Amino acid sequence: MTGFILGVSAILILIILLLIFRVQSLVAVLKGTYNKKVSLSNKVNAILFPISFTIGMILLFWYSDKASEFYLPKSASFHGEATDSLFWITTYIVTAAFIITHILLFWFAYKYQYKEGNKATFFPDSHKLELVWTVIPAIVLTILVVFGYKNWSAITSPTLQKDRVEIEVMGKQFAWQVRYAGKDGVIGKYNYKLIDNTNEFGMDMSDKNNFDDFTPREIHIPKGRQIMLKIRARDVLHSVFLPHFRVKMDAVPGMPTSFAFTPKYTTAEMAAITGNPTFKYELACTEICGRGHYAMRFIVVVEEEEDYKKWYAEQKSWLETNPDYVNKIPENLKQYVPFAIAPKAADEKVKTDSSAVATVAPAVTDSLKKEAPASH
Amino acid sequence: MATLDIHAHTADSHDHHDEHEHDHHEQSFVSKYIFSEDHKTIAKQFLISGLIWALIGGSLSAIFRLQLGFPDANLEWLKPLLGEWIQNGKLDPEFYLALVTMHGTIMVFFVLTAGLSGTFSNFLIPLQVGARDMASGFLNMLSYWFFFASSVLMFISLFIETGPASGGWVIYPPLSALPQAMSGSGLGMTLWLSAMAIFIVSSLLGSINYITTIINMRTKGMTFTRLPLTIWAFFLTAIIGVLSFPVLFSAALLLIFDRSFGTSFYLSEIYIGGQALHNMGGSPILFQHLFWFLGHPEVYIVLLPALGITSEIISTNSRKPIFGYKAMIGSMMGITFLSFIVWAHHMFVTGMNPFLGSVFMLLTLIIAVPSAVKAFNYITTLWRGNIVFTPAMLFSIGLVSFFISGGVTGIILGNAALDIQLHDTYYVVAHFHLVMGSASFFGFLAGVYHWFPKMFGRMLDEKLGYIHFWLSFIGIYLVFFPMHYIGIAGFPRRYYSFTSYEAFSTFGDLNMFISVAAITTLSAQLIFGFNFFYSMFKGRKATQNPWSSNTLEWTTPINPGHGNWEGDIPHVYRWPYDYSKPGASEDFIMQHIPLSQTPESNLPFEKELALEEKA
Repeated sequence: MTGFILGVSAILILIILLLIFRVQSLVAVLKGTYNKKVSLSNKVNAILFPISFTIGMILLFWYSDKASEFYLPKSASFHGEATDSLFWITTYIVTAAFIITHILLFWFAYKYQYKEGNKATFFPDSHKLELVWTVIPAIVLTILVVFGYKNWSAITSPTLQKDRVEIEVMGKQFAWQVRYAGKDGVIGKYNYKLIDNTNEFGMDMSDKNNFDDFTPREIHIPKGRQIMLKIRARDVLHSVFLPHFRVKMDAVPGMPTSFAFTPKYTTAEMAAITGNPTFKYELACTEICGRGHYAMRFIVVVEEEEDYKKWYAEQKSWLETNPDYVNKIPENLKQYVPFAIAPKAADEKVKTDSSAVATVAPAVTDSLKKEAPASH
Repeated sequence: MATLDIHAHTADSHDHHDEHEHDHHEQSFVSKYIFSEDHKTIAKQFLISGLIWALIGGSLSAIFRLQLGFPDANLEWLKPLLGEWIQNGKLDPEFYLALVTMHGTIMVFFVLTAGLSGTFSNFLIPLQVGARDMASGFLNMLSYWFFFASSVLMFISLFIETGPASGGWVIYPPLSALPQAMSGSGLGMTLWLSAMAIFIVSSLLGSINYITTIINMRTKGMTFTRLPLTIWAFFLTAIIGVLSFPVLFSAALLLIFDRSFGTSFYLSEIYIGGQALHNMGGSPILFQHLFWFLGHPEVYIVLLPALGITSEIISTNSRKPIFGYKAMIGSMMGITFLSFIVWAHHMFVTGMNPFLGSVFMLLTLIIAVPSAVKAFNYITTLWRGNIVFTPAMLFSIGLVSFFISGGVTGIILGNAALDIQLHDTYYVVAHFHLVMGSASFFGFLAGVYHWFPKMFGRMLDEKLGYIHFWLSFIGIYLVFFPMHYIGIAGFPRRYYSFTSYEAFSTFGDLNMFISVAAITTLSAQLIFGFNFFYSMFKGRKATQNPWSSNTLEWTTPINPGHGNWEGDIPHVYRWPYDYSKPGASEDFIMQHIPLSQTPESNLPFEKELALEEKA
């Protein structure tokens, strides 16, 4: 019923509007306004430009001030602070250009509206003016390019620190996966043909560097150390976006990319700065990748060096949590598996001496395979 | 009027085209309105198709704005329209992506390329250069019907069960290449690629015709430096189209091979849907290079015609010559050239060589210079004018405003270091919707308001035009300006919902505001729709030169037939911007008035030319 009433009233309103439209055009014909060059509307349109601009500017400054805590979040990386200041300087310059040109545009529109008997000035060109407004933008833009170039080169071609942390970040539909090098400090090789439901990275077990790699559910990074993200994707394009660190780099299947940055504040410090006790750094996807594109959230934790080291040491290697894959290791490399494989004692705590390397007999591996699910 | 005495010569200067016209007096309905070779009819066909596409493209955006502004709303009431795409009162996330993809594709190609260039290049080139028709009327007709076929395919793809293409209007592979990656990459993508291939054929046929006509069919006296800026803009646009669309065609072709014939141009090392694909050695980045080699010039394909139209309208209604005519041509040439060598600024963060990024940053910021020159020239044209605010003039001023406000953010995005944070966020959405979308659309509307009397012999209602302008102008700023804030805050594009992130949990109210503004602004376009179709049949009858304009199209009869001029084609003796010339009695002197007839207003160099005319 309400729908019916709404429909009828909508139709009535439309009819009334149409009648008003018809009446005003007939009145205009009778009055002969159509024969004049301009009507009162010309004045109304002329004054509306400066009025709407003034209101617009008030809204612009009011809202920019009011919402300032919500836009550009505080940068938590060193290069981010540099690009932020370049961003704000450029924003001020272009806002000034925007406002000045608009004042001229709308003021001229108002001031030089049609007046009976007036004649426009025949002013077809002026080389001096043309030169002025070619050269001034050119100079300003050159300066911006120079600063942009310096920042860009510093960000994209960083000097690699010896103590940098390398992390592999892999995008898939629809989650991020990360891999750390483990104790040996080297991320092992992969081959996409080896990917399966468990071995999501396609880690190649014929490379012993893979044996101690671990794949945590959160990224942990130490404050103040250079972080090198080695980025790839295994199905479609994704893009690593860390808004607080001003980091963005596409993840491309078949073409690994990278991005280096240095975090400046720990998660706890950032919580204090933002006044949000539950603050978390987040990783988002910014290249359309399908249905779950908007839901590829991953948490990044920045901590002090000692906390990070502690966390790092606690991580179990992927191979240790998935001992089935010991099978896939070539015989000659099995000696390098960094944990003891003592199948009979699978449910006991096994102390592994880091200097002693366990040798695994084939028979042992077989029994491990059978018992593995029970132990996890 | 000098046009009138042309009739006297008709008898002895009976050229081929006049006979042609006589032949067609008994044209059948089909050859007159459907398979017509008359450039004016073809232009109207493009115009009405473009308007229908604009309605569809706009409606799609209204649906996804509902989702973005009111993520918790129950959309069950859309079920009769969208069917299974509404699940439990919620929009399907994949259909959301389909909506943004099709909105982009439709608006960029079907509305602002075909609708804008197709309408105004076709309509104005012969009329303004003084030609009976296009160089090849038949190719011109084919151009429209290829476009029509392409439109049909694209339209059908909206209704198939697996949904239309959904990988973004840029259709980056592997997402667009693998049906197992998303359902829209199946049949929907096949239809998208087929439709675009046909679209490119249409666009090329059109562009070649425009170029040929402008070079070869100008009337006597119409030198390149006497061409209206509209024609210069259409000319350069057509050149860009001819050089860049074939590259998109090849990109699409290779994608078709990858999709259907197992090649690996864009695919490498992919594990999807539980299996590793055989493809090795391809590069998804290659596609992006090819795509943006068209994609960036495409921005100017939609923008240049709008700027050309604006130049003409601002000059006419300021009653002043356009300021810096030659600088305008120069800057358009500069933009045309540079548009081919800035494409990779869309790819700063794809992992391409950082040095390449530096080069493209430099070239991108250089292109801002000719753009700035154009903006300054428009403003100076208003200075000390005698401005008549026709609806077309209002939309042209609106265009200049959008061109500036959207252009200045390009200086930020073109800076590779700043693009890292802003790439693929709403900042980019705000930028290109202002500078490319809204500016070009305003150029399109300005053109319709200005040349409607020439097209249909009747006037659009002015009052409705004013209301339409102010609602659209303010509305568009209310929609796109707030997106800058959201973009600076890092909100990524093409997100179905922002609720799962803490970093993007703010601005829910602003998104709601944008949605309300967007739907209101879109509704305001219905005023134009009414005005357009009502005035076509019931509008006030037009006079021959309603805006007191200088260009040749206003010398034709109010309803020009096939062949445009009844007698001889007028000759041209002056540039098109002799407005308010000192000494002249009227504030305009049309292009076909000989200098020898206006001794009182001739400039020193024109006095010599006037003597040559007599000789």
